[in-house]
Amino acid sequence: MKPQFRTCPETGLVFHRPAENLIKANAVAAVIFLAVGGLLGLLVALTRWPAVQILNAQDFYTVLTGHGVVMLLVWILYFEIALLYFCSAVLLRSRIATPRLGWVAFGLMLVGAAITSWAIIAGSSSVMMTSYVPMPADPKFYFGLILFAVGALIGVFIFFGTLAIARDEKTYEGSVPLVTFGALTAAILAVFTIACGAIILIPTWLWSIGYISEIDPLMYRLVWWGLGHTSQQINVAAHVSIWYAIAAIVFGAKPLSEKVSRGAFFLYILFISVASAHHLLGDPGLSTEWKIFNTSYVMYLAVLASLVHGLTVPGSIEVAQREKGHNKGLFEWLRKAPWGNPVFSGMFLSLVGFGFIGGISGVVMGSEQVNFLIHNTIYVPGHFHATVVLGTTLAFMAMTLWLVPVLFRRKTFMPGLAKWVPWLFGIGTGLQTLFMMGAGTLGVSRRHWDMAFTGSAFEWAYPGMAHTLMALNGVSAIIAVLGGMCFVVVVVGTILFGQRTNPAEYSETRPAVLRGPSESLVGHGQIGFKGFPAPGTFVLAMFLLLIFVVYFFVNYGYLASVWRFS
Amino acid sequence: MSAIQPPAQRVWWKQPVDRVEIVWIAIALVWCLIMFFFMPYWHVYGEQNYSGEAYRVNPQDYVAKVNEFVEAHTVRHETDRQIPVVRPPAGGDVYLLARLWEWYPILELQKGETYRFHVSSADWQHGLSIQPININFQVLPGYDMVLNITPTEAGEYAVVCNEYCGIMHHTMLSRIYVVDN
Repeated sequence: MKPQFRTCPETGLVFHRPAENLIKANAVAAVIFLAVGGLLGLLVALTRWPAVQILNAQDFYTVLTGHGVVMLLVWILYFEIALLYFCSAVLLRSRIATPRLGWVAFGLMLVGAAITSWAIIAGSSSVMMTSYVPMPADPKFYFGLILFAVGALIGVFIFFGTLAIARDEKTYEGSVPLVTFGALTAAILAVFTIACGAIILIPTWLWSIGYISEIDPLMYRLVWWGLGHTSQQINVAAHVSIWYAIAAIVFGAKPLSEKVSRGAFFLYILFISVASAHHLLGDPGLSTEWKIFNTSYVMYLAVLASLVHGLTVPGSIEVAQREKGHNKGLFEWLRKAPWGNPVFSGMFLSLVGFGFIGGISGVVMGSEQVNFLIHNTIYVPGHFHATVVLGTTLAFMAMTLWLVPVLFRRKTFMPGLAKWVPWLFGIGTGLQTLFMMGAGTLGVSRRHWDMAFTGSAFEWAYPGMAHTLMALNGVSAIIAVLGGMCFVVVVVGTILFGQRTNPAEYSETRPAVLRGPSESLVGHGQIGFKGFPAPGTFVLAMFLLLIFVVYFFVNYGYLASVWRFS
Repeated sequence: MSAIQPPAQRVWWKQPVDRVEIVWIAIALVWCLIMFFFMPYWHVYGEQNYSGEAYRVNPQDYVAKVNEFVEAHTVRHETDRQIPVVRPPAGGDVYLLARLWEWYPILELQKGETYRFHVSSADWQHGLSIQPININFQVLPGYDMVLNITPTEAGEYAVVCNEYCGIMHHTMLSRIYVVDN
């Protein structure tokens, strides 16, 4: 048998050659689609900047559809497949299951993405990512998405298969690492998501070619959001796993406790899927009980899980830093963190942005009544750019900046430029989210080519501030895209021109069994004070909670000021 | 026991938990429960709720109802397109139709009166967005959504479509007048 495994001398990670190749291919495809989607996003933001309005209406809706599909599905799922292979084969030192099938999955995703892109570019499928029936798209649009989803599903099952192989061949001792556990959470959510996608997209495709006469729009929305929202919950599980992974890689941080962190992931598995119901709060016909159960009771247990990760991830970093001697005051651990290392700064900006902007706004707007204030306004893209872009994409970028040099055995290309990536991208995106949320609060609708309503029988002007906010959104998008361009330059440059480090030495022997540290079970009593090993993090968490509470009630106060309806 | 290694002990769920985590989980759980109970609370004591009243309707039948409503209560016409302005009796039914790419008709309501407000679509999905109060609902073909609405301030309001419905989506704009008695 051909030598199959190599050990990375810098990181100690063990790579199975076919797994390594699949991770490379999926990650590179992801970054290419990110670059494409980012440029489309710039065009969207420059069109919504009232004084610029770079595209005409038709092109705008085409580009907006492309931006949504490429970013929310293609970039993110490609990266997640790479991540799943990494968290199974590499972290468990296992061979990957059915590598040939892995290439089939890769190919199906590529062909599917190409077919859908073709349908979008042709201009016949400007139906947005949501493709709400009965607005029709070209049959190719749905068919490409189905192929893409099948490919992704195969990737997910290869992940499960690899876990089974690793367990069977005893490549590790004890339980899987926390990061793999988080990836498993993401994979389970992915199966649910893709099942919803199949249940709704296959009939919709049949409808588009004339085999089914009608699809109920409310049923479409209910099932579609099982795909549309839950796919973003895969991202949450995935990027939280990356936060833990980067805390471990950069600081050697240990989870405060495995029980709490894993319990929080488990809450995601149980409860997070029903959160997709909050897209239907302004829809006709759904009962109050149904809405409250789906969006609040169960969702808030998933919210609880995110609040837990929000403490345990920075908490584990704080403990690791304090153990290294940065033990003064509340925040020395944070001041002395490696802010110039883009892997860390990207991860930390992702954590803060996701928590403070994405998390709070998501829960508040998802509460049953407040939703009426912002449903389908540009507040909604503001919110999900905070979760999916500032949270997920930035975390994935940070991971990529670490992973690419390791995978390709090259030094980072232009490390000085790499330092800027999280700051430009994170701050640009962070400002965008705030400006969009502000404009949405003033009523600006989403998916709208012209907020001045040119050509309408009536006139209506949003407040001047709304126009200003949309202009500022455009400026911030330029900053974010600059950060994204730096990222692509660094990644592509590293792969093509990075200085070679060690040659790959594949060996015929099986890698040593992966063991956890042998230390006994102890708390962190010697750090911090009074059983609070991470007091700084606790203070930050209380600060988050304070903002959360204030923002929640401010919104209900605003709601109380509008027309009465029941 | 780093997060990318297996836990030191197979039985990781027996590891002691730091007090910081327990305290935070307790606080966070209390806040989650407050948010949960606040929604039913608002249903009882708040004045802005939608309880889900809606009826299946054939789009053609709904259009017929709207036309009947317009015929019965039109008070004048506006714009060069001669769009009817309809003033329904206080407390009565109001029908609003969304279709490519207009809201039909223009409504004139009395401040402080409650109306049974119906809204549906004749074709694709639309979004009912009343500005500047920024109240937003989804409008679906085949569903007659009923809201009991009480305009509380007089003035001129805009009705914006905020669900993408095709190339002229951005022109789908109308009016609601709220007048003092």
